Amino acid sequence: MNLPRLIVSASPHLGGPVSTPTIMWNVVGSLLPIVAASVWFFGPSALAVLAAATAGALVPERLFGRRGAPGDGSAVITGLLLGLTLPPGLPLWMAFLGGAFGIVFGKLVFGGLGQNVFNPALLGRAFLQAAFPVALTTWPVPGQDAAALLSTNLTAPLMSVDLADTITSATPLGLMKFEGTLTDVPALLFGTTGGCLGETSALLILICGGYLALRRFLDWRIPVSIFATVAVLATALHLVDGERYPGALFMLFSGGLVLGAMYMATDMVTSPSTRRGAWIFGAGIGVLVVVIRLWGGLAEGVMYAILLMNALVPFIDRITRPRVFGTVPTVPAEARP
Amino acid sequence: MRGTTAQQDLIRGIWRENPVLVQMLGLCPALAVTNSVENSLAMGIATFFVLCCSSVLVAALKRFIPHEVRISTYILIIATFVTVADMTLEAVRPDVHKALGAFIALIVVNCMILGRQEAFASKRPIGRALLDAAGTGTGFMIALVMMGGVREVLGAGTFLGVSIFGPSYEPWVVMILPPGGFLTLGIWLLGLSWWQKRRAGDGDAAPTDAIQGGGA
Amino acid sequence: MSGAPPSGTSAPGTPPPGTGAPAAAPPVLEEPHVPAWRLFSTLGAGGALAGLLLVFVFQLTQPAIQAHKELMLQQAVNEVLGAPERYDTLYLVDGALTPELPDGVDERTLDRVYHGFAADGVPVGFAISASRPGFQDVIRLIFGYDAATGRLLGMRVLESKETPGLGDKIEKDAAFTGQFAGCEPPLVGVKGGAGSAPNEIDTITGATISSVTVLRAINDAVAHWRPALDAYAREHAR
Repeated sequence: MNLPRLIVSASPHLGGPVSTPTIMWNVVGSLLPIVAASVWFFGPSALAVLAAATAGALVPERLFGRRGAPGDGSAVITGLLLGLTLPPGLPLWMAFLGGAFGIVFGKLVFGGLGQNVFNPALLGRAFLQAAFPVALTTWPVPGQDAAALLSTNLTAPLMSVDLADTITSATPLGLMKFEGTLTDVPALLFGTTGGCLGETSALLILICGGYLALRRFLDWRIPVSIFATVAVLATALHLVDGERYPGALFMLFSGGLVLGAMYMATDMVTSPSTRRGAWIFGAGIGVLVVVIRLWGGLAEGVMYAILLMNALVPFIDRITRPRVFGTVPTVPAEARP
Repeated sequence: MRGTTAQQDLIRGIWRENPVLVQMLGLCPALAVTNSVENSLAMGIATFFVLCCSSVLVAALKRFIPHEVRISTYILIIATFVTVADMTLEAVRPDVHKALGAFIALIVVNCMILGRQEAFASKRPIGRALLDAAGTGTGFMIALVMMGGVREVLGAGTFLGVSIFGPSYEPWVVMILPPGGFLTLGIWLLGLSWWQKRRAGDGDAAPTDAIQGGGA
Repeated sequence: MSGAPPSGTSAPGTPPPGTGAPAAAPPVLEEPHVPAWRLFSTLGAGGALAGLLLVFVFQLTQPAIQAHKELMLQQAVNEVLGAPERYDTLYLVDGALTPELPDGVDERTLDRVYHGFAADGVPVGFAISASRPGFQDVIRLIFGYDAATGRLLGMRVLESKETPGLGDKIEKDAAFTGQFAGCEPPLVGVKGGAGSAPNEIDTITGATISSVTVLRAINDAVAHWRPALDAYAREHAR
């Protein structure tokens, strides 16, 4: 091969100071307070679940991914986010399996970072939910005996959990859906409710996500659009039938909506790259969340809402493509109705 | 296709041109009924029976079947044997018949079977047609059991009903549900193509002349 | 068929030459022309032979299939009525229950209940089947009902496709299925803490929809059958 050493590459040709690892490790950093809060509420078992999920994400990334791929921090984010969506008493082998599944089938089969269609953490969560529905819907009460939780964490690989001595409670959404009782908003904000590790304190997640938005590491339009859609729909429905449909504040701060909107929906790879697209994407998630929560068979719908909208991102990007600079502003032929 | 030996006719369908794993034919039953090894085996045997009988009959009658109505005649022949298989299974193993449900009747539209009639049995002597059908049917059965094995072991912790991991095994429910079928097929195809690529990279690259097809 | 060779004899069914395709039509496959009667006769003969074969196999397999179906039904009825000595099949004809089939009516089209008797000829109760869409698909079940006391005798799910490990507990979990005997419909589902009232059933955690479906199916069936059962009991007592 005697070719001239001319580098021909697609744009951009100018590099900025912010690299992928910078962003990723910043996201990891912003997750640390949330991790700390989950440890505060659920004890060492929270740490164990998060560590197992992260290890599950890192092992296949190291084995099958690009060289040095674990160092860019994206697999750590996947593992932490997955861990934050799991119930605290989950057997560690399940958390590990979920992380590995998310990375292998959510990212590596598509060709690695930047190629994936679906958010890997949510894909791992969806797999676990489908595979182990009982373990994934067993929510221990916050602040209970840490040793009991740890003992269910340490269930032998492939074996089922002995739930006899865990005190469980329904999540606020489960209470709303199946028993018709609402949880107070302050309890939701500060996280003194049953639920998965990271869905308990809405306020803290908002602060951490706000930091990322300020540093422009996440697109603020997506969470704002999601929250606005959910708030408007919930308020409208609440006005129609206040008995049946809960108000906007409950809908906003219960379940995984805040975590999902701040950290999962804003994943740079699986969200639209245009501004208008971000608004559409967020609105779609908001509508789906309300529909699934209120009329679906499941108590919580954030995960499926985001995954479904992930699948639509290529189309959203296509119809919201900005015009090329200097051309006449016409609607591209393929986007006309 | 001309000039193949009898041995090649038999072997071909089993692995190198495996209907499910290589040709991607007959995916509908391969995804739908493989939630246990027993169901997979029953489906494989029923399909094997239908394929062999139809191929022999088509090869025997090929001179009497006018070209214009050949497809209808093949379907008629296949449907007859499918109904025979359906009723026999219901009489012999009602529980398995119930588990397979409509998928036994749907063997009629398994394009793998019609494909063998059109591509092979209608052009070759009876003996060869039987060998080809037996090979393809075996390949189909192997693929189904590969799927059913993974799904039953993970999804129920058993193989052919025999417990593997003991009583406290936590079954992966998703594997015996429909999504598990897609997942398992994907895992097998991923593994096989990775293995093939590795083997091809080792040296004498075997040309993969797999027929690309599609369908249920 | 209309795309058949244009040249040659005009068999019935082929368009007369010269109407559609002019002489400059693209060349068609060189196929020996087959008259239509041969096509029909091939398919006809094939169909007749296939039919014969199927009738033969049907005769061979039908007894076994029927026997199995009856066995399954018998087991189910025995279970929900607490192993009665014998049971009669009562058909619903014009809103009334009757053991006899009216003439010229297909037995399979009629709704029915099974009336069980203990060894001394005392009626035990009725076995009634019910169905209702559950979480995944329709849940079919059969339950025993004592019309005299208005209490259930037992319940068994005949067919369901609920989620394995969760919803299928309505079928497999004895703690759930065992609650029905002695209950008094209309049933109400409660969570955690076995019901003390005679109409309370403990629903399965994580499978509320499947559990409630079973209760509703039974409630609806009882409401549906109650008038006919009462009428039959009155008539029987007379």
